[in-house]
This record gives sequence, C-alpha cells and structure tokens, in this order.
Amino acid sequence: MTVRVLLFASYADALGGTEVLLDLPAGARVADVRARVTALARGKRVPERPLVAVNQRYASDDQAVTASDEVAIIPPVAGG
Amino acid sequence: MRTAIVERPIDAAVLLAEVANARHGATVLFTGTVRDVNDGEPVTGLDYSAYGAMAERELRTIVEEALLRWPGSDVIVEHRIGALELGDISVAIATAHPHRAQAFEAARYVIEELKKRAPIWKREHYVTGRTEWVNAAGGAARVAQP
Repeated sequence: MTVRVLLFASYADALGGTEVLLDLPAGARVADVRARVTALARGKRVPERPLVAVNQRYASDDQAVTASDEVAIIPPVAGG
Repeated sequence: MRTAIVERPIDAAVLLAEVANARHGATVLFTGTVRDVNDGEPVTGLDYSAYGAMAERELRTIVEEALLRWPGSDVIVEHRIGALELGDISVAIATAHPHRAQAFEAARYVIEELKKRAPIWKREHYVTGRTEWVNAAGGAARVAQP
C-alpha cells in the first residue's frame, strides 16, 4: 500500500518537500513509518527519533497505519 | 473559548477584551515574544511553521482540558506563524475566572502544554546568517546516524 506522510520543519528541509509517499506492506505500523523516513533522512541534520501522528493525533509505535490515514512526522516541537 | 493559528500580528488587547466579563474578577494575559538571543547566540528574527490542522486541534484539546480543570474559566489562545521580528508576539493566552488563582493556573497550564504538544516549529535566524530549527530541548538538531 502507498502511504502519504507529511513532513515539517527539519524533516521537510532534509527530504526536500512537505510530503513523501512510502510503499509499505499491509499491516505496517507507526514504527515502520518512522524507520523508513529516518532512513531517507540519513546523514541529514534532523532529530533522530521524531514522533508520528496519525489522523492528527500522536500515535504509539505499534499503531497500524492504512493507505487512507493522514500520517505525519513530528520532530520535537518548539512553539510558544 | 477560542483558539487560533494566525499569520498576522497578534493584538493582545483584543484577547483581553474578549475574556473580560462581569462574572470574572480576574483576567490574566500571557504573551510570548521573540527574544534576541538563544543559548548565547544573537538572534535577528525567526519563522514559525505549523502542522496547521493538528495544531488547531491540539490547542482546542488543551483549552478544553483547562476548562475542565478550572471550571468557570474562559480561555483564548492565538499562536502566530510565519516570519517574526524581535519583540513580536508569537503567542498570547488570555484567561479569566471569578478568582485570580484559577486564572493564573489556567494560563500557566495552557502555555506549558502548548510548548510540549502543539505541532509548531521555530527556525531561528542568527547574526551570522545561519538558520536553525529549534527543538524542544533547546539544542540544535543532531545528524541522524547511518
């Protein structure tokens, strides 16, 4: 399945865009998404272990993702 | 209650007026402004970006939590994104409650949770011309290990 992953801040800079399409096996989980994206950013200046949001909520590593989910990589936030 | 991510200057007086109410004996206004130095390095300005839809949702959740914890309060939050100059207001929180303790506590809760949870990022521009995304720990991002 193809999962669209939104990118922000350092991850958007590192991967040169605001989203990336990942080809993932059915049953893939949040941890798999993080592993794939951090692999793409290897060697770039990014936080090593970003959080992942699914459908605009922070998700745990074992949460399953589907092609229809809105998935996002959330590097350490710095609002305020 | 009202929450917003905005791309225009924040007028804190508007937020104060919005929570003002004869039931409320206390109103508290917190503003966060762009500081001229970070970790000893002079800053000339910065830009904020956000995961807009999730940031709006997270701000609403945080304010709803505050309203449950301090019943009878009102809370307004605005966070600005885009390019900001030194001294500009990046975030404003106005709270009101019949009594001051609850108004202070609610304001403190909202800013602390916003800083932890709202998907908003800040890139600092330094005097040297270098720019850097700031992470939650306040330090520079590390290079991912191969």
